[in-house]
Amino acid sequence: MVEFALPKNSKITGGKAWPKPAGATETREFNVYRWNPDDGKNPSVDTYHIDTSDCGPMVLDALIWIKNHIDPTLTFRRSCREGVCGSCAMNIDGQNTLACTKSMHDVKDGAVKVNPLPHQPVVKDLVPDLTNFYAQYASIEPWLKTTTPTPQKEWKQSHEDREKLDGLYECILCACCSTSCPSYWWNPERFLGPAALLQATRWVKDSRDEATGERLDNLEDPFRLYRCHTIMNCAKACPKGLNPSEAIAELKMKMVERRI
Amino acid sequence: MSTPDPSKSMRTPLGRVRNLGASHSGTSDFWRQRMTAVAMVLLMVPAIVIVMMLLGRNQAGAAQVLGSAPIAIIMLLFIVASTWHMKIGMQVVIEDYVHSEMVKLACVMANNFFCIAVALASIYAILKLSSGV
Repeated sequence: MVEFALPKNSKITGGKAWPKPAGATETREFNVYRWNPDDGKNPSVDTYHIDTSDCGPMVLDALIWIKNHIDPTLTFRRSCREGVCGSCAMNIDGQNTLACTKSMHDVKDGAVKVNPLPHQPVVKDLVPDLTNFYAQYASIEPWLKTTTPTPQKEWKQSHEDREKLDGLYECILCACCSTSCPSYWWNPERFLGPAALLQATRWVKDSRDEATGERLDNLEDPFRLYRCHTIMNCAKACPKGLNPSEAIAELKMKMVERRI
Repeated sequence: MSTPDPSKSMRTPLGRVRNLGASHSGTSDFWRQRMTAVAMVLLMVPAIVIVMMLLGRNQAGAAQVLGSAPIAIIMLLFIVASTWHMKIGMQVVIEDYVHSEMVKLACVMANNFFCIAVALASIYAILKLSSGV
């Protein structure tokens, strides 16, 4: 049956409250999820205070400040710091988003709560194990598939057909959508999830691709595709403003279209 | 198909995701669920009106109302659409939340039996009353 409670070894215990930075006049409290696979302890939530006059406005700035000034063991992924790479996806104030584009000032009251993306195995602290997520992306075969011999120059596409990929190609695979989806929480092994299905739609709608039917065949399954119940958490969570629910609905329409 | 614990499996992640492959099904149920939903939207008001017409009547009175062919047909259509919709909807819930393979199979089977029994009992009752037996 579906699990409604955390496993024993995932239950959060009290964490360490780190002292406020000396001499700071303006501080902001951060409650950050901590878990170390090497110490055998349950996860905890540590409390930090950052000096806002010495720190950038984004949550990622605060995490880097904590790592540099308070606790060098705090572990998280980050790279581009401008919402392009998707590395710093995490759950901030109860919402999956990118730490680099989420302002700490948007969290209105109290402490800023930072947790790893939900319902994924944790590697350490804020780093989730996305192995299954990436394998699901690989399973939709995200590359151009053609039988026609490759042209001397590029595969041509009209402006109108190119516009059909808008709202799809911008996905950065940060996993905010998939890990916010209850259907994905209950069936992560069999439901491909919003991100992989949005990417699948991107290739199904690409006018240059010659494997549309084969792609639809690969998706036509009660679990791979039809676990989506249009809950819309994915669209709410997407930091790029995309709508995976709509993309999945388009896939379902194409499934019906080729039958009726 | 329940998937083994990834931490204990030596299968590659892609192998686990591909698993037994796509079943090439699901679209029929998806389409039928929408079709029966639309049918119920159309049939719901007439069905409620008919049930209200039956309130307070004895069996002879009910048989008189249901003896009308259009009324009996509306009720039969409503029964078919609603039990079909119920069967598909409940199966979705089972597939979402029941992960043990044997329990899931038993639940899906029980759901089918229950919905078919409800549909046939309701159809039998309407036919019996509408034929005045």
